[in-house]
Amino acid sequence: MSAGPDPAWSRACLAAALVALDPTGTGSVLRARPGPVREAWLDRLRALLPPGAPVTRLPAGIADDALLGGLDLPATLRTGRPVAQAGLAARSHGGVMLVPMAERLTPAIAARLAQALDAGAVEIARDGVTARHPARFGLVLLDEREGEDETVPACLADRAAFHLDLDAIPVGAIAAAPPPLDLALARAADPEMPAEAADTLCALAARLGIASLRAPLLALRVARLHAALDGRAVVAEPDLAAAAALVLAPRARTWPPDDEEGNAPPPVAGIDRAGEPASGPDDDDRRDDHRPADDRILAAAAASLPPGLLARLVSGVTPRTRSPGAGRAGAAAAAQRGRPVGVRPGDPRRGRLALIETLRAAAPWQRLRRGDGEVRLRIAAQDLRIRRLVQRRETTTIFAVDASGSAALERLAEAKGAVEQLLAECYVRRDRVALVAFRGGGADLLLVPTRSLVRAKRALAALPGGGGTPLAAGIAAAGRLAAAERRGGRSPVVLLLTDGRANIDRAGRPGRAQAGADALAAARALAAEGIPGLLIDTAARPQDAARALAAAMGARYLPMPQADAARLAKAVREVAPAA
Amino acid sequence: MAPTHSALSRRPPKPGFSKPIVVEPAPLPEATLRPPYPFSAIVGQDAMRRALLVAAVDPAVGGVLVFGDRGTGKSTAVRALAALLPPMRAVAGCAYSCDPVEAASLCPACAARRGQGLAVETVPVPVVDLPLGATEDRVVGALDIGRALGAGERAFEPGLLARANRGFLYIDEVNLLEDHLVDLLLDVAASGVNTVEREGLSLRHPARFVLVGSGNPEEGELRPQLLDRFGLAVTVTTPTDLPTRIAIVRRRDAYERDPVAFAAEWAGEEARLQGRILAARAQWPEVVVPDAVLEAAARLCLALGTDGLRGELTLMRTARALASLESAATVTLDHLREVAPSALSHRLRRNPLDEAGSEARIARALAETLA
Repeated sequence: MSAGPDPAWSRACLAAALVALDPTGTGSVLRARPGPVREAWLDRLRALLPPGAPVTRLPAGIADDALLGGLDLPATLRTGRPVAQAGLAARSHGGVMLVPMAERLTPAIAARLAQALDAGAVEIARDGVTARHPARFGLVLLDEREGEDETVPACLADRAAFHLDLDAIPVGAIAAAPPPLDLALARAADPEMPAEAADTLCALAARLGIASLRAPLLALRVARLHAALDGRAVVAEPDLAAAAALVLAPRARTWPPDDEEGNAPPPVAGIDRAGEPASGPDDDDRRDDHRPADDRILAAAAASLPPGLLARLVSGVTPRTRSPGAGRAGAAAAAQRGRPVGVRPGDPRRGRLALIETLRAAAPWQRLRRGDGEVRLRIAAQDLRIRRLVQRRETTTIFAVDASGSAALERLAEAKGAVEQLLAECYVRRDRVALVAFRGGGADLLLVPTRSLVRAKRALAALPGGGGTPLAAGIAAAGRLAAAERRGGRSPVVLLLTDGRANIDRAGRPGRAQAGADALAAARALAAEGIPGLLIDTAARPQDAARALAAAMGARYLPMPQADAARLAKAVREVAPAA
Repeated sequence: MAPTHSALSRRPPKPGFSKPIVVEPAPLPEATLRPPYPFSAIVGQDAMRRALLVAAVDPAVGGVLVFGDRGTGKSTAVRALAALLPPMRAVAGCAYSCDPVEAASLCPACAARRGQGLAVETVPVPVVDLPLGATEDRVVGALDIGRALGAGERAFEPGLLARANRGFLYIDEVNLLEDHLVDLLLDVAASGVNTVEREGLSLRHPARFVLVGSGNPEEGELRPQLLDRFGLAVTVTTPTDLPTRIAIVRRRDAYERDPVAFAAEWAGEEARLQGRILAARAQWPEVVVPDAVLEAAARLCLALGTDGLRGELTLMRTARALASLESAATVTLDHLREVAPSALSHRLRRNPLDEAGSEARIARALAETLA
C-alpha cells in the first residue's frame, strides 16, 4: 500500500499498546471474525505485554469451578484439609483474558467476569472452600457475531475501554505494522491530569449521547495512558483527542448538530449531515459550554467513526440495544443440559458423581469403618451422592406480528393490545419473549429474546405499520429464531398475528398467488420442525387464508374478535409446553 | 470458523485442565486491599443513600433492594456503607459474632459458656458479599470436611449466613442468583435464624442481617413475589445533568488514582456521618410518631391499596429512622413524603405493563391524601 498505513489499523495498534500498558484499566471489545487481521492484532498485544504476563482464553460454557476456582481434590485428599485451587480468573492475574465468541457469553458468566473486574479479585464460596484470589486482568472480548442479532453482554461492553472493529480493515493494511514499542518507560510514567480534562470528556460524552458514566471515566484513564505512551508529563489535547476517538466515538448514539459554522467536524465519507436527529438530553449544556478545544477533540473523534455508524446516526436509526443473553445457541447447549441444584444419594452410573458431597457423607463414619492403622478412606454405597440436575426448559414466546397495510393499519392497535395481554402472561410465567415484525419488503427482528418486559413493551410501541405483507419472510424469520432458541435448550412457541393475506413473495416481489404459496411453504417448514404455534387472525372477519395457514403450520387458530385476554392466555398456555 | 474454536465449543474442561496453582485459603486478605470509596463522597443518588442509612440505623426495616442502570454506583454505595459503620462489640472468637449483651440471641456455644463470663472484642460490622456461583453448602454452612476426614469428627463449618450475623449480606445481581438460594436467603433474613439440617447435622444459629440486593432490570426482572419481601426498594438512574456527571467522574478518578489519599481527604466527613448514625441509633426509639402522621400513613396505604400491614409498618419505621438521622424529635408528614416511594413502590399491585410506574402513583396518592 502506497497511501501510508491504514488509519483504522493504526488506531487499532494504538489501542493494543494501551491495553498492554494497563490491561486491567482498559480492556477491549474486538469486533472481528477469526482471520489474519485479528491474529495480527492479538500478536501485537502479546508482544507488548510485560514479559511473563499471562494471556488466557476463556473456554465456551466454562463451569464455575474452572472459572472462579474451587476445591483442589488431590491436594485436599493428600493433606486431609480443604485446599483451594485457583480458577481461570485468578490465573489471568496481571495479564489478559481472551473471550472467544463473546457474543454468546451467558449472563451468568458475564456477571461473574464483571464482578471480578470490579473487585480485582475473585471470591469463591463453593464446594467447601471460601477464599479470595487476586484477579486483576484485562478482558479482550472477541465479538465474532455474523449478524446484528447477537451482542457482547452489555455489562462487559460497558466496562471495556475500546470497542474496535477490525472487520473493516483490509488484510493488506497489517503488513505496514507500526514499529515495535518499548513500554517500560511508559509503565513507570505517571502523567498529571489537568483539572478541566474531566469536564471536557464528560461534556463530550453528553454531546455524543452516551449515558453510561463509565465511558468518560475510561476516557480519562486512556488519556492518561496515552500521555504516558507519548512521554508527556501532563495530559494534553492530543491525549484527550485520542481518548475521545478510541473510547467515546464508538459509543456515540447521537451526533451534535452543527450549530456554528466552521466548528463542525469534517464531513465523513460522502455523508450529508443535514437533517440529523436532535441529540440527547443536553441541548442546554451545549450552548454555554462550547469551547474550541472541545470541538477539535470532537472533530478527532468524528474522523475515527466507522462510516456505517455515522450513516446510521444520520438516518436516525440507532443500533438496536440488544439483550445480553441473546442468541447463545448451539455451543452452550451441552452446558445447559441441566444445572446442578443439589445432590441426592444415588448410583453414579445414573448421574454425575458429586465427589465432595460423597466424601462429606462418608467422613463421619470413617472411624467406625476403619481397621487399626488403616488410612485409606472407606466409602460405602450408601455414601454415594450424585448431582441433581434440573433442565428448566424455558419457554421463548416469539411474536410474529403482521404490521402490513392490508390487515394491520386499522387493526394494528388492536393487535398490539392483544400482544400486550400476552406479554403480561409471559411476564408472570417468566418466559422470554421476542418480537418479529413483517411489513413492506421483509421481516425485522425487533426484539431479540429477552425477559425484560419493559423492552418488549417499547419495541412494540415503536412498531410502525403499513406496506405489503411479506408473510413468508415473517414466518421464516420466526422459524429461524425458534430453531436458534431450541438449539439453546429452550422451548420456542411461535405466535403469529396476521390476516393471512400475503402479497409479497419470498423473494420480495409483489404478487398474491406466489406470496400465498410461499407463505404456506414457510408454514409447513415450521410444522416440520415441530415448533408449536398459535395463529391469531387479526382480520375483522375470519379469513379462510389464515385458517389454511394455521393448518399448514400445525398451529391453533384463533380469530381475534373472539380473542379476549382470558382466551388468549388460555390458548398460549395450552400451546406452550409445560415449563 | 477456525479450528481452535471447534475445540473450544466442546465440553467445558474439568478443573485442573492445566497446571493447577494451589492457593492456600487466605484468611486476612482485606487488609491488603485498597480502602473502599467513601460513602460521603457519593454524588447524588439521594434515595439510595437514604435507604442504606435507614437500614444502618434500624435493621428491622427489612432489607434494601437497589435496582437500576449500569454504572450508577450501586455496589460502590453498599461497600462504602460497610466502611462507614461503627465497629461493634462481639463475643471473642465466636463464629457468629454474638452480641454479649443480648442473652436471647446468643448462639448455642456462647449461651453455654455464658455462666463463666464471655470475653469481648471489638470487630467491624460484617458486610458479606455473596459471590455469584456460591453453592448452598457455603451459604448455610456444612459439615467441616477437614475435621471429618482428619479426625472423623462431625463438626459444623459455619457459612456466609453465620458471617453475616449482625451485619449486612450483599447480593449483587440478585436477579441472576439461583431461585432456590434467593428463597433461602429471604427466609433466613425474615426469621433471623438459620436452620441447618444436612449431613447428619441438625442445628440452629442466629443469622440476623440486613439483606441488600442490587440488580439491573435489563438483565431480567426480579420475580414479583420476591419484591415485597425487601423492606425498601429504590430505583437508581444515571444522572443526566452535566455538572453532576462531571463531579462524579472527577471524584471517581481522584479515588482511582490514589484511594488512600482520597479516603484520608474524606475521613472527616465519614466520621461526622458515622456520628450521625450512632446518634440516630440511640435516639430512634424515643422519636415520637404523632397520631396525625399514623393516620396519614394509613390513609396513604389505603389509597394505594397495598396488601397487608407490612407497608404501613415499614413506612413508620423508615420515617422514624429518617427523623432520628435528622435529629428530629417527632416524625412529620415531610418525613413520610420522603420515604413513601422507597417503602411502598414495590408493594403496589402492579400492572406489569404500566410503564408510568409505581412512583408516579405514589406521588399522586401523596398529593391527594396529605394535601
